[in-house]
Amino acid sequence: MAQSAIPAPSAPQVSEITPISLKAIAPWAAFIGILALILLYFVGAEQGATALISGENVHEWVHDGRHLLGFPCH
Amino acid sequence: MNSISVRALLVRGMLAGLAAGVLALIVAYLLGEPRVDSAIAYEDGHSHEHGVELVGRTMQSTAGLATGVLIYGVAIGGIAGLAVCVALGRIGRFGPRATAALVSIGALIAVYVVPFLKYPANPPSVGDPDTIGKRTTLYFLMVALSVLLAVAATILGKRLAPRLGNWYATVAAAAAFVTAVGLAYAFLPAINEVPKDFSATLLWQFRLAALAIQATLWVSFGLVFGHLAERLLSPRPAAATTTGTTTGAATAAH
Repeated sequence: MAQSAIPAPSAPQVSEITPISLKAIAPWAAFIGILALILLYFVGAEQGATALISGENVHEWVHDGRHLLGFPCH
Repeated sequence: MNSISVRALLVRGMLAGLAAGVLALIVAYLLGEPRVDSAIAYEDGHSHEHGVELVGRTMQSTAGLATGVLIYGVAIGGIAGLAVCVALGRIGRFGPRATAALVSIGALIAVYVVPFLKYPANPPSVGDPDTIGKRTTLYFLMVALSVLLAVAATILGKRLAPRLGNWYATVAAAAAFVTAVGLAYAFLPAINEVPKDFSATLLWQFRLAALAIQATLWVSFGLVFGHLAERLLSPRPAAATTTGTTTGAATAAH
């Protein structure tokens, strides 16, 4: 987007890339989106504000990562 | 054809995320862990209600840290890989490498830097355990808001481009993003739970380390994923090249 405040020279350097249709991306996005959010939840928040598994083991195991990745932690 | 390239890009995104996670882990171990240890030493010198230690410090700072950072890298890599799939050919005349770099820098700002400036990372012993619910909600709210605003700004820039030209459309969209983020900062409640005698130097060093970890993660993700995506998507200069040195020639061609 930041390119060409100057009118584009006649021969573009990068050949035009055809966008991938959103329909083709949607099922992957839904599946991976949910999967990745679950993973991020366990790294970032489980046994903090909310807990699906009782105890403190998950929290203690990822404790340092949680602090250093910027998630709120105890 | 399309679906296959989405799958191939997704796999490469997660692999690039894993590689970026390894680099971020090195930074986290070298720059982050000494500050976590110092903060815990401060905590131990003060009131402190942790019971029995479930996981020892050695495990927390090695295997535990690696688990957290690597899972984070793979998860982020998958999502960012798909974001590049969407952005390819839609945000301007950029090839796969430049698109991956732009999306990664945008993600570093939207996913991390913007929320960090309002709710920065805190070392152990900073933060009242009783407010963890409120802090978690606000942090994730800030991340979600920031990502939505960044996507909205990108769409706005694209809409304005035919009228204003690419340069001024980008400037206008960025200005709209900054204004909206400023409003969110102003209206969301502040959190300040740093103990009075907690070392300011240590807090600064910890937060810098946290920023360095994320910068390493996103920049290396953008570079590695861009490289893999370019090899996947760009047609090789046909024939002529001897089998061995294709990659070098392809890189030089751009």
